[in-house]
Amino acid sequence: MSSKPKLDSPEQIFKKTASGIRGLDEITFGGLPKGRPTLITGGAGSGKTLMSMEFLVRGATNHGEPGVFMAFEETAEELAQNVASLGFDLKELIAEKKILVDYVRVERSEIEETGEYDLEGLFVRLNHSIDTIGAKRVVLDTIESLFAGLGNEAILRAELRRLFRWLKDKGVTAIITAERGESTLTRYGLEEYVSDCVILLDHRVQNQISTRRIRVVKYRGSVHGTNEYPFLIDEKGISILPITSLTLNYQISTKRISSGIARLDAMLEGKGFYNGSTILISGTAGTGKTSIAASFAKSTCQSGEKCLYFAFEESPNQIIRNMKSIGIDLEPNIQKGLLKFHAVRSTFYGLETHLVQMQKLIDEYNPASVIVDPITNLINAGDQNEVKSMLTRLIDYLKAKQITALFTNLTHLAGLESTESEVSSIMDTWILLRDIELGGERNRGIYILKSRGMAHSNQIREFLITSKGVDIVDVYTGSAGVLTGSARLSQEIKDKETEDSRKEEIKKLQRDLERKRKLMDAQVAALQAEFIAAEEEVKQLIKQEKRREKTVDENRQDMAHIRKADKE
Amino acid sequence: MRQIEKITKQNAEESEIWELRLYVAGQTPNSMKALANLRKIAEEHLKGKYTIEVVDLLKNPQLAAGDQILAIPTLVRKLPEPLRKIIGDLSNTERVLVGLDIRPK
Repeated sequence: MSSKPKLDSPEQIFKKTASGIRGLDEITFGGLPKGRPTLITGGAGSGKTLMSMEFLVRGATNHGEPGVFMAFEETAEELAQNVASLGFDLKELIAEKKILVDYVRVERSEIEETGEYDLEGLFVRLNHSIDTIGAKRVVLDTIESLFAGLGNEAILRAELRRLFRWLKDKGVTAIITAERGESTLTRYGLEEYVSDCVILLDHRVQNQISTRRIRVVKYRGSVHGTNEYPFLIDEKGISILPITSLTLNYQISTKRISSGIARLDAMLEGKGFYNGSTILISGTAGTGKTSIAASFAKSTCQSGEKCLYFAFEESPNQIIRNMKSIGIDLEPNIQKGLLKFHAVRSTFYGLETHLVQMQKLIDEYNPASVIVDPITNLINAGDQNEVKSMLTRLIDYLKAKQITALFTNLTHLAGLESTESEVSSIMDTWILLRDIELGGERNRGIYILKSRGMAHSNQIREFLITSKGVDIVDVYTGSAGVLTGSARLSQEIKDKETEDSRKEEIKKLQRDLERKRKLMDAQVAALQAEFIAAEEEVKQLIKQEKRREKTVDENRQDMAHIRKADKE
Repeated sequence: MRQIEKITKQNAEESEIWELRLYVAGQTPNSMKALANLRKIAEEHLKGKYTIEVVDLLKNPQLAAGDQILAIPTLVRKLPEPLRKIIGDLSNTERVLVGLDIRPK
C-alpha cells in the first residue's frame, strides 16, 4: 500500500498532450491523454485521417514531438498529397525525420492462413519506427483494416488488446481511428479496447448543406466539453469552434467609435457607437444599409484600425464600385491592408460552418470591427432553432475580443420592427432605416430604435445618399406634418413665402401705426393750442374782474368818505 | 498440344529454385513449429530445389516493412514469382501446399 499514487495534484494523476489542433485543446481542456491511446471514430469522409495527421504535424512542428503514422489504407505518397491541401509539407517532415509514415498493406488474397500466429510483426515494425525517430506520438489509421485482411478474428482481437496495452507501456500518445458502425461507435467494437478518450466525428448533410461536427464522447478521468462542436477543414487545417464555453463576463469598454456619419454620431450622444458593441441596421430593400456599413468600414480604416467585411450578397468589387459612386472610396484601405473582404454565398455552407469560418478569419486578421452584410442570408442558411444560439455565440465571441460588429438585416414591410430570429434582443444598438412614401416619391428615414447605455436621439431623420457620401438631415416637422424629400423642400419654400408675406404685413401695419401716431400728435397739438387760448382768455377775465372789484372798493371808500361815515 | 505445353511449363517450374523466407520474432513456439513444418514440407515436395532463409525481426526489425510483415510467423515465397505469403505455424500441410502453389487449389 505504500506505493499508492499521490492524489495531491491533478497533474500527477493526469497529464495531457496538447494536440495543437485549433479548438480541440479547448474542448478537451488541455489535449489528449498523454501516453494513452485515443479513439477517433466517424463515418467515411468525416476527417479522421486529416485530424490524426494534423495531430502528428502539429506535434512535430510546434511541440517538438516526432510522430509515427502507421497507415493501413493509404501509402505515404497518397497521404502526402492529401494533406498538402491542408498546407502540410509531409515530405519535408519525413525528410527531416520528424514524421515517419509506415504503410501497412494487408491483402487477403495474397495471404494464406494455416495454424497459430500472432501480430508480433506489427509490433516489431511499430517499435522500430518509434525508436528510429524517437516518436512521442503515434497514429494507427485505420487499424480496422486488419479485420478485412486477416481471417482469424479471435487472434486479431487478442492482439489488438495487447497492442493498445503495449502502446500505453511504450508511453506514446496515440490516435487510433475507426469507422463508425451502424449502432455502435465503431464497426468492430474497438471502443472496448481504447477507452480513455473517444472522439466522434460527424459529417451531416441538412438541406443539402453539409456541416462537420466533433464531439468528445468520453474522456476518462477528465472533464470535457460534451457538446457537439462544428469544425472546419480548410487550407490551414482543422478548426473547431468552441465558443459555447464563453460567458457573459467580458470586458466592457466606454470608448466610442465613430459611425462614419457625423449626424448619426450626433444622434448617438454625439460620440458614435460604443467600442465592442453590436449594431444592427435593419431596413427594407434599398434603404441604404450597405452604405451605412461602408461608411462605418471607412471610418474604422481612417482611424488606422482594421475592418473585416463579410459580404454574403454582393461581390467585393461590386460593393467597392457602388460605394465609390456615392463618394465612399474603399479601395485605398484595401491596398493598405486595413480593409478585408470575405465574400461567399451564404448557401455555400451551413450556418455553423460559416460561423467557424468567420471566427477563424477574425482570429487571423484581428480586426477592430466586423461587418456582416447582410445577416439575413446567414439566418436563412441555418435551421431556425439554432440560428439564435449560433449568433449569440458569435456575438459573445466578438464581444470577448472587443470587436465592434455591425450587422445589416433585410426586413420586410410587415415585420419592420421584428427580426426573423429575434436577433435584435442580443444587439446593443438597433438602427432602423425605412422608406417614407409621400407625394409620389420614396425617401429614406432613419431612426434609432435602441442604443444601450446612451441617451440617443428619438427623432426620425431623413437619410440622404448623395454623390458625396451619406448624410442625415432633419425631416420637416411643421404644421403640415412630417415631410421628407421634395415634399420637405417645397414645404420649406412654402413656409418661407408665408413668412415673407407675414413680414410684409407687419411692416405695413407698422407704417399705418406710425401715420396714426403722427395724426394723433397733430390733434394733440391742436387741442393744446386751443386749451392754451382758452386758458389765456380765462386769465384775462379773472384779471378784469379783479380790477373791477378794486375799482368798486375804491369807489365805496370814496363814498364813505364823502358821507363821513363812522369808522368801523 | 495443350498437354504438351503444360508439361513444358511444369518442367520449367521444376527447374527453378524455390526461394523461401520465414519471418520469425525470437524463438517463440509458433516460430519453431513453423520452421520445423516448413523444413519437412520442403524436403518432401521440393527436394533439392529450395532455399530457406529465416529472418528474425527482433534482430533485424527494419526488414519487416519490406515484405509487409504483420503476422508472425510468416512464410514468404520470394521465388518463383508471384510473391505469396502464408501466415501461421504451417501445421496444415495441405493449405501450405496450396498456399505455395505446389498443389493446385
